Amino acid sequence: MTYILVLEQILNGLQLGVMLFLMAAGLTLVFGVMGLINLAHGALYMVGAFAAAAVAGWTGSFLLALMASLAAAAAAGALMELVVIRRLYRRDHLDQVLATFALILIFSEGTRWLFGSFPLFLDVPSYLSGPVSLPGGIEYPLYRLTIILIGLAIAVGLFLLIARTRIGIQIRAGEADREMIAALGVDISRLYTLVFALGAALAGLAGALVGAIQSVQVGMGEPVLILAFVVIVIGGIGSIKGALAGALLVGMTDTLGGVFLPRLFTLFMEPASAASAGASLASMLIYILMAAILLVRPSGLYGGST
Amino acid sequence: MAEVVLKTHGLSKSFGALQASRDVSLDLRAGEIHALIGPNGAGKSTLIKQIAGNLVPDSGTVELLGRDVTALDTVARARMGLGRTFQISALAMEYTVLQNAVLGALGGRGSPFRFFRNVMKDPDLLETAHGALDRLGLAEDADRRTADLSHGQRRQLEVAVALTLEPKLFLMDEPMAGLESAGSRALTGFLDGLRQEAPILLVEHDMDAVFALADRISVLVYGQIIATGTADEIRANAEVRRAYLGEEDAA
Amino acid sequence: MIPTRESFLNWAMIAALLIVPLAAWSLDEPFIITLATKAAILALAGVGLNIALGLGGLISLGHAAFFGIGGYAMGILAAHAQNYEPLFEWPFLFEGSNQMPLIWLVAIVCSACAALVIGALSLRTSGVYFIMITLAFGQMLYYFAISWSAYGGEDGLSIWVRNDFPGLNTLDPIQFFAIAYVILCLALFFAARLARAPFGLALAAARQNADRVEAVGLTPFTLRLTAFVISGAITGLAGALFADLNRFVSPTMLSWHTSGEIMIFVILGGVGRLYGPVVGAALYILLEHLLGGISDYWQIFLGVLLLLIVLFARGGLIGALAGREKAHG
Repeated sequence: MTYILVLEQILNGLQLGVMLFLMAAGLTLVFGVMGLINLAHGALYMVGAFAAAAVAGWTGSFLLALMASLAAAAAAGALMELVVIRRLYRRDHLDQVLATFALILIFSEGTRWLFGSFPLFLDVPSYLSGPVSLPGGIEYPLYRLTIILIGLAIAVGLFLLIARTRIGIQIRAGEADREMIAALGVDISRLYTLVFALGAALAGLAGALVGAIQSVQVGMGEPVLILAFVVIVIGGIGSIKGALAGALLVGMTDTLGGVFLPRLFTLFMEPASAASAGASLASMLIYILMAAILLVRPSGLYGGST
Repeated sequence: MAEVVLKTHGLSKSFGALQASRDVSLDLRAGEIHALIGPNGAGKSTLIKQIAGNLVPDSGTVELLGRDVTALDTVARARMGLGRTFQISALAMEYTVLQNAVLGALGGRGSPFRFFRNVMKDPDLLETAHGALDRLGLAEDADRRTADLSHGQRRQLEVAVALTLEPKLFLMDEPMAGLESAGSRALTGFLDGLRQEAPILLVEHDMDAVFALADRISVLVYGQIIATGTADEIRANAEVRRAYLGEEDAA
Repeated sequence: MIPTRESFLNWAMIAALLIVPLAAWSLDEPFIITLATKAAILALAGVGLNIALGLGGLISLGHAAFFGIGGYAMGILAAHAQNYEPLFEWPFLFEGSNQMPLIWLVAIVCSACAALVIGALSLRTSGVYFIMITLAFGQMLYYFAISWSAYGGEDGLSIWVRNDFPGLNTLDPIQFFAIAYVILCLALFFAARLARAPFGLALAAARQNADRVEAVGLTPFTLRLTAFVISGAITGLAGALFADLNRFVSPTMLSWHTSGEIMIFVILGGVGRLYGPVVGAALYILLEHLLGGISDYWQIFLGVLLLLIVLFARGGLIGALAGREKAHG
């Protein structure tokens, strides 16, 4: 019983981790290449989820819904980059924070205006619903397993993209020296739009995938955004490898802490207060983890200098 | 022999495969100007940073006023009396010239945690600040924004701020950098007199200034001191000629 | 001192904030007095943030933490007092309190302590890390408050009556406004002195050039941490007043939207301008009231306005009206 529960929770942690990775990868790429902090990344997650819910409602096809989430978030991202973000690259972080915070207000309220305040629902398609039996006698929801596999596949794809392709080489060069790659004739503003749209698409996909488990509503991107920040701080800003490590660490810590801390507390407290104290501590666990890592490595696990 | 104010012993520092400092030992004595010269990339900046406390050496020690300060940071070394000027002017650009000088005086006094008194009306700080500005010929410019100063005036302000600390020794990183010849001559004249107040470890590219001023010169090449001596000794040194003039002289 | 356009604007602003509620009082319009009180309290929160942000250059996206801690200090003390349940019995019996001065003191001390811990950790880093970490710590307290069922959890904590201030009837809107207004003026006075004091000179220098500050023998870290603590304490005091205004405190006060809003007050007015938060908070309340009446989605307009100010009018409203800031002196 306990061992199955532990394995199940590890899978849940993995699932949260890969979703966080999809969010954090875009954020960390955008920071690494363009030096921009983007608070509105969570809005792109929301755009993806809403696009998926709308298209699913329309066509009934989950696959089309996922494609729509990618397309809509990439388009919203590209638009955001062209209209606002590119004016911010040379600005200080304060301007970036404020302008992207303004974008959140615009996107959130705009979505509320279009879709209303009530949550939408995106259903898991029948071919992905129900449990699946895994070795070791675990029954695990097929959909969640699919999310994990999609997330891992994208992680692998992203590493290959950055390590092997021309775009990847330009991205890495852009992280090292912006002026230089511009001087070498790379169309830097197109590269920036592309990187931004790529990050947006990943966030949108994550929003759609998670939207089928939770509800699709305005503001859904913000808790995830903040978790993604924690991931990046832990992993080191600008590092995809760090984003993956941080995402898995945060996903596991949050999931396992939420389930097991209250139980752990019952060992030396009465059940009622153990449950509440455990839940309180669990809600703070990843931040405590972040603080601990900062004390040892102020620029994150895979970070260079700040 | 005059008292040794600053002494490095066997400083070494590597960045990956690049060894930026190799076993550097030098000293600075009371009343002298000791110039540190060397071709670009010789490791002067790395050495300065280790002396000022920005970089921790891989091995070796730094002694300030007879005390081992290798483990102390820049702030602690500044408080002990190390007055520093930067290669690229490090000033508060939004401040007036006077405010920058008052900041130095405040640092020299070491009590910034006062929250009510108007700092620009503190007579002691103002006296120190105005005194330093006067000596560098910046009295007229006291109320100008630092960002509006010419490059040369900023170089002078760098030195003035260091003066407000009333330091026991100066560490000057290319104070003449970018000055036109008149400005350079004026600053040379000023530093000439300054050595009596506190000795100067001077990193400088302007060879006229170096040979006019320095009591001793050390030559740094590939992170290593290849010669130390008076101006004449350095001029005559075969190794130095080889480092600066290349192979033609080696034969 | 020669009065500049900016100082004239400052006086006009602070006078308007007094005259509007007084006029409303004589016309018997308590709602407008309450709006003015809210503006004064939010301005106070902004004055707090501005010490870290404007003077120290510390982009804290976690000031809701201190605002909320101040709010909860009020809520917890008052809830225990109204329910006659001792808050603690050791080392002495303490039954909570409904006295504002004591509540404020507790709010200030608690938020200052929180700022000390959060600041000491966050200031080990700089730049984007600092922004993200302050945001994360703020969010940590938010989730903690949600899960803290003893004090209302997600639903928050209500008190029945506004707390007392010796000699005043705090339930009378104009008297409560007077309290908030006087505290705001005191805070502005303190912030003005601070900016001109040795500490302010060194702190703002650390924002402009940390190398220089180190080279004159001062430690940027301690200067910034001190500023962060002072800043958090003032914002915490504002939080206690804000909770008292609403007679309600909830995790929303701790959410990162609140941090963003406090920052917006500072920015709408103009970063680093002493009276920027007053102008910003007043403008915010005005917009909320006017635009909110037109559309439920008024924050779209707020977003667009903020975007335009950031992209095209970086000095904020005071900057647009008074021109470039002159050097302190």
